[in-house]
Amino acid sequence: MSLAEDRVIRASARNGWLLSTPALVLLFVAAAGPLLIMLVYSFLTPGQYGNVVGEFSWDGWVGILWSQDIFSGEWVLADAHMTIFWRSLSLSMMTTLFTFVVGFPTAWFIATRPASQRAMWLFLITIPFWTNLLIRTYAINEVLRKEGLVNMILLKLGVIDVPLEMLYGPFAIFVGMTYVYLPLMVLPLFAAIDRFDMNLLEAGYDLYASRMQVLRRVILPIVKPGIIAGSILVFVPSLGAYVTPRVLGGGKQMMIGNFIDLQFGQGRNWPLGAALSMALLVIVMVALLVYVRYASRDGSKSHG
Amino acid sequence: MVRASFSVARLPGFASTAILVFVALYLPIFTLVAYSFNASQSVAVWGGFSLDWYAKAWANQQVKEATVRSLVIAVSAAGIATTVATMAALGTTRRRAFKGQTFIYVMINQPLMVPEIVTAVALLILFGIIKQATGIQGLGYVILAHSAFCIPFAYLPIRARLEGMDLTLETAAADLYATPWQTFRRVTLPLLAPGIVAGAMLAFVISLDDVVITEFVKSGGQDTLPTYMLGQLRRQLTPEMNAISAMLLALTLVLLTAFFLLTRKKD
Repeated sequence: MSLAEDRVIRASARNGWLLSTPALVLLFVAAAGPLLIMLVYSFLTPGQYGNVVGEFSWDGWVGILWSQDIFSGEWVLADAHMTIFWRSLSLSMMTTLFTFVVGFPTAWFIATRPASQRAMWLFLITIPFWTNLLIRTYAINEVLRKEGLVNMILLKLGVIDVPLEMLYGPFAIFVGMTYVYLPLMVLPLFAAIDRFDMNLLEAGYDLYASRMQVLRRVILPIVKPGIIAGSILVFVPSLGAYVTPRVLGGGKQMMIGNFIDLQFGQGRNWPLGAALSMALLVIVMVALLVYVRYASRDGSKSHG
Repeated sequence: MVRASFSVARLPGFASTAILVFVALYLPIFTLVAYSFNASQSVAVWGGFSLDWYAKAWANQQVKEATVRSLVIAVSAAGIATTVATMAALGTTRRRAFKGQTFIYVMINQPLMVPEIVTAVALLILFGIIKQATGIQGLGYVILAHSAFCIPFAYLPIRARLEGMDLTLETAAADLYATPWQTFRRVTLPLLAPGIVAGAMLAFVISLDDVVITEFVKSGGQDTLPTYMLGQLRRQLTPEMNAISAMLLALTLVLLTAFFLLTRKKD
């Protein structure tokens, strides 16, 4: 490589860094940097009225799974915390599964529309995605409540005699999360199906495969990267959900997000809140890493 | 006969499921909007058509202040985020891959990966320290937080536009003795404009819709429209809530349609 060429390349890299610097500074100050401070806070001691005092302690991290008995000072496994973790995990998994079950046919439907209509159907999926999450959650609240649409219809049809109590519980949270995160499943699924070669279906049917066999043996393996992308995109925000469980869970049915909030409010245990946040972050990062690993391995390997 | 009805891409039950999904997606929103025209005092009973709740929301001082505050934050944050995102997009596309480029991508996309509640409490801690040390209050903290998480949303459409742009035009300008600045100002920037506008609109919508981070970062009396609504959801609801939601929905819809038209690929 000539000296001049080398200099040009180095100048190009320098300009790249210089142009990116303002964005990087802003992101470091108000997005990535605060996480480091929070990590420090998770190793400190709670102050009496919230905040922390500068004394090292493991209690924040230990407190994720164990809680200290007020009288004996003994550490025991915290059942209440387990309930919240299990609720978060199971609701997030159910949401992911259900959005896939209804999202896959939807994505397939959009991808098989004539090219002129496809953009319109996609736009219809995208609108709710960009619509205020709080408004969509409130809309679900309106549909599920005692005098809401679902009860009204069921009463009219004579299916039930008394309105169902659907609000403020795991069921309402599940419905709400499925509703708000569904577009996140449909969009990557659509992207994967859109690239799918429909001639493969013909080949499958020519070889006497049934529809079920074609779906299981041909379609699903090929669109797998889309399935994984959609699942991660739904699972990650579900696990960290805050607004939906707060509005539809009625305060008592907390998920991890609300539990973290509680530590910074009434709980007055900032180190525990910080440790819980870091733990949630680690779980999310592991999920994303698994996805990146899988996606890059899948990309380098050709099908067939 | 059998052949004609057999389409390879058709799978039984898929189309009907999809239609049901679209209905389920829009029915709650339509119900919400419909009840904003409800003359009745309660959200439960339909009492005829009326625009009273819109008038009431319009006259509500708290709603008015929250709306203005939301707009000030969204305009400032979208402006800042779009400016730095445009620079970063110019810095990370159309040049030889350089050392640390992956780091820049990861940093820019970081707000998309970290759960909002985690960023929210981390900012609560950081801004708490700064407020205590300097005594500075104000809307600046909220604008700063919004600017940061809006960056990836502004960056992605700008980068997509840049990657699809024809390099030869800029080479031609340089051949005609345009200075780098002239080339940027007269050639690159006009070609990039739709991407920048699209990025700014996404950033604006994202900022306008944010609840979680705002809820934790704001000081007392700094409610935005979404945090005001979150606070109201705890109380007895009136259709005024639906009217506010409907107006916010209408604004989002207008911006999204404009975004859709701007980024549509020309056939």
